[in-house]
Amino acid sequence: MTSSAHSTANYLRIFYILLALTIVEVAIVYMHLPKILLVALLIVMAVWKAALVAMHFMHLKFEKRTLALIALSPFVLCVFLILMLMPDIFPR
Amino acid sequence: MSDVAAMHAGVEPAETPLTPESWGKLGMWLFLAGDAMSFGCLIVGYGILRYASKTWPVPAEVLGINLTALMTFLLIVSSVTMVLALAAIQDNDKARFKKFMGFTILGGAVFLGLQAYEWTHLIGHTLPEHNLSFSKDLFATTFFVLTGFHGMHVTGGVIYNSAVLAAVSRGRYGAKHVEIAGLYWHFVDLVWILIFTFVYLV
Repeated sequence: MTSSAHSTANYLRIFYILLALTIVEVAIVYMHLPKILLVALLIVMAVWKAALVAMHFMHLKFEKRTLALIALSPFVLCVFLILMLMPDIFPR
Repeated sequence: MSDVAAMHAGVEPAETPLTPESWGKLGMWLFLAGDAMSFGCLIVGYGILRYASKTWPVPAEVLGINLTALMTFLLIVSSVTMVLALAAIQDNDKARFKKFMGFTILGGAVFLGLQAYEWTHLIGHTLPEHNLSFSKDLFATTFFVLTGFHGMHVTGGVIYNSAVLAAVSRGRYGAKHVEIAGLYWHFVDLVWILIFTFVYLV
């Protein structure tokens, strides 16, 4: 692992992005946007924030690929979980 | 260069996590993958129950998001102090490590205090005012199950981080152990980011 990966400046840069995204998230909830647009924006920002935490704070960006695959596995399983429950959400 | 070395020249030497130095980290990642599946089931279950319900209160109106935004901010800050603590111990600066690890533990503890306040207020005032209750409404049930399951993780994290701080102070733990504890703590932060969005904002 390189020292730049752990540099304090990089951590603080990520912190400011996370902070800004959180402020935007709360702000758009108060803006009375169309529901679909609001939900889409919120999900994009939540995934963005989660990815920043995983990549930089949990060092996934600088890790071996095996660990990244382990980290990815629950998301793949969750996609299957949603697909399997589709009949319940959209009954015939 | 020997034949074997030439054969592996294109492969990064640290490609396998199955080396003794990485076992702890590998173990934590495996645990977190399983834990993520638990949270995944709860969040997907929540989404399906909500989608299938005829009526669902607007979460932001019932729950209020200003306090929760502050709680989100707190967890993000405690994640940052956690990586700063890791950077400190990697520089062999124990005093700086103790300071940042202390902030991390404090952040988690204050988060729990705010959650206890939020729950008390919801159960005592807000939910009855909206004619909602834990045992009758899926809105309240899913809310308490999800935030409660996460709150238990924060409680565990505060205890875990305190134990790591004590062990480092006594010289029994080093940077490797702090990094593993950090993985758990950032995971708890990551899950809260998702819960904040799906339970409070959407």
